[in-house]
Amino acid sequence: MPAAPAAVSDTPPPGAPAQETGTSRQVSNARAFIEFEKVSVRFGRGDKQVQALAETSLRIEKGDFVALVGPSGCGKSTLLKLVGDLMKPSTGHVYVGGRELGATPIRIGMAYQNPTLLPWLTIRDNVMLPLKIVPPFRAEFLAKRRTEFRDKVEALLDQVGLSGFGDKFPWQLSGGMMQRANLCRALIHEPDLLLLDEPFGALDQFTREELWQIMQELWTTKKTTVLLVTHDLREAAFLAGRICVMSARPGRILDDSAVPFARPRTIDMTYEPDFVALNQKLRGLIVAARGGTGIVRTKGH
Amino acid sequence: MERFRELVRERAASIGLIVGVFVFWEAACLIGGVSDIVLPRPTQIIAALVEYWPAIRPHAAQTLYTTLVGFAIGVAVGILFGVAIGSSKLAYDTAYPLLVGFSSIPKVAVVPIFVLWFGAGTAPAILTAAIISIFPITVNVATGIATVEPELEDVMKTLKASRWDILWNVSLPRSMPYFFASLKVAVTLAFVGSVVAETVASNFGIGNMMMVASSTFNVPLVFAGLFILAGLGVGLYAIFSVFEQRVTGWAHRKDLAVT
Repeated sequence: MPAAPAAVSDTPPPGAPAQETGTSRQVSNARAFIEFEKVSVRFGRGDKQVQALAETSLRIEKGDFVALVGPSGCGKSTLLKLVGDLMKPSTGHVYVGGRELGATPIRIGMAYQNPTLLPWLTIRDNVMLPLKIVPPFRAEFLAKRRTEFRDKVEALLDQVGLSGFGDKFPWQLSGGMMQRANLCRALIHEPDLLLLDEPFGALDQFTREELWQIMQELWTTKKTTVLLVTHDLREAAFLAGRICVMSARPGRILDDSAVPFARPRTIDMTYEPDFVALNQKLRGLIVAARGGTGIVRTKGH
Repeated sequence: MERFRELVRERAASIGLIVGVFVFWEAACLIGGVSDIVLPRPTQIIAALVEYWPAIRPHAAQTLYTTLVGFAIGVAVGILFGVAIGSSKLAYDTAYPLLVGFSSIPKVAVVPIFVLWFGAGTAPAILTAAIISIFPITVNVATGIATVEPELEDVMKTLKASRWDILWNVSLPRSMPYFFASLKVAVTLAFVGSVVAETVASNFGIGNMMMVASSTFNVPLVFAGLFILAGLGVGLYAIFSVFEQRVTGWAHRKDLAVT
C-alpha cells in the first residue's frame, strides 16, 4: 500500500534527471520539486488590471498527486500554466526541479479537457508525437518508431484499455476513449511532471469514474508528479494525495490538506462517510469563497 | 455494385443538367434564328473546334503552360506568405490590411505594368496568373495555421517543441484542407489571369487567339476558345479535387465516422 500521499516520495521515476543538480541559485533549504515563491499574476494594465493570482507560495514534492479545486476564475489554470512555463509570473519565482522556469530540464506532459488529438494521425501516431519532439527520444525517433517506440505505445494503450485501437483515427473513438489516448500522449515520453486541466470534465459520470481508476493505476505505476485542476470534488478526493482549495479574484490558496484515504481507492469508497465528509468540507470552503450561501436560487434565468 | 449505382445516380443529375443546358442553347438558337455571329450553336462551336484544332492546339498548350507556371509560383509564394503571416499574431495583424489592399486591386489592371517591365508575351501572362492566385492561398494557409487550438499549442509548448516542430507536425497538416480548398479556387483564377494578359499583351495563347478570331468575326472560334478554357479549368479543378480527397480525407470524414 503506498504511504500517506502527502509525504515526500523520494523514488524518482526511472530515467528522471537527478534533482538539485542545477547550477542555478540554490537556497539553504532544499527546494521542493515544484516551488512557488511569492508568485503573483496580473493581467492587463491600468484600470483594467485584473489580479489573477494573489501572492502565492506553494511547495509540491516529487511524486505527489496534487489537486487544485475552486470556483471558476480562481486561477487554478493560471497556476498550471505557470508550472508548464506557458506563462510568466508578474512577481515572484517559480522553480521546477530545483531550477527557475525556462531553464528546467525536466519533461512535462499535459492534457486538457479537449483531447486535441490530431485528426490526420492514427491513435498510435498521435500518442507517439511527443517521442518525435522530446529529447532523448527525438534523436532515435526515425530508427525506433517502428520497433521499440511502437511497442512502448502499444504497452501504454494496453494499460488504458485501448489495445487494438492503435490503427483507428480519433474520430472513430468515443469521447472517453479519446481522452484515454490523450492521457497516453501526455505520458508516453515518461514525464517527470503531468499537468492535467480538467481532463475528465466533458465525460459522463461512468466514463469519468472509469478514467479515474485508470488514472490512479497509471499514477501508481509511473509515480509521476501530477498537478490536477478540477471542478469535481469527488475526483479530487479520489485521485489526489493533497488538495489545494483556491478562492477567486484574486486567486489564492485557502486550504491545503492531505487526503488521508489509503490507495488503491475504489469508487465505492467515495460513498463512505469519511469521504463524503471531506467532500462536504471542501464544498463548504468553495461556497464560502464564492461568497454565496450554497443554496441555488431557483428563479428562472 | 451498389456503390457504383449510387455513384451513377449522383452523377446522372449533374450530367443531365449539363446536357440539358446545351440542348436548350442549341434549340433556342435554332428556333429564335440567332445568327452565329451573335451566338453560335454548340454544334457549330464543336465543328469549329474540330476544324481549327491544329491551329488551336499550340495556343491551348501555351495558355496551359503560362497558367501552370504562374499558378506554381503563386502556390509557392502563397504558402510562404501564409506560413509567415499565420505563425505569428503580430504578423497576422500587421500584414493582413496590406494584403487585403493588394488583393482588392483588380489584377487585370496590373497587366500593363508587367508589359512595361517585361515586354509583351509569356512573362506578363505568367506573372498575372501568379499574382492572382497568391491571395486566396495566402489567406487560407494563414487561417489554417492561425486557428490551431490553443490547448494543442500549450501541449506542444510544454513538450518544448520548437516553432518548426509545431509548424511541421501540427500547423501545416492542419492547414491542408484550407490549402486545397484554396488551390481549387486559385487554379481557376490563374486561368483568368493568364487569359486576360494574353488578350491584352501577347501574340500567343488562347486569349490572343480569341482576340484575333473576334476581330475577324469568327465567332464560333471565339466560343471554341471559351470551351477550351472551360475544359482546362474543369480538368485542373478535378485533378486538385482528387488530390484533396487523397491528402485531406481526414477532414471529410462523414462517410467514415463510426458513431
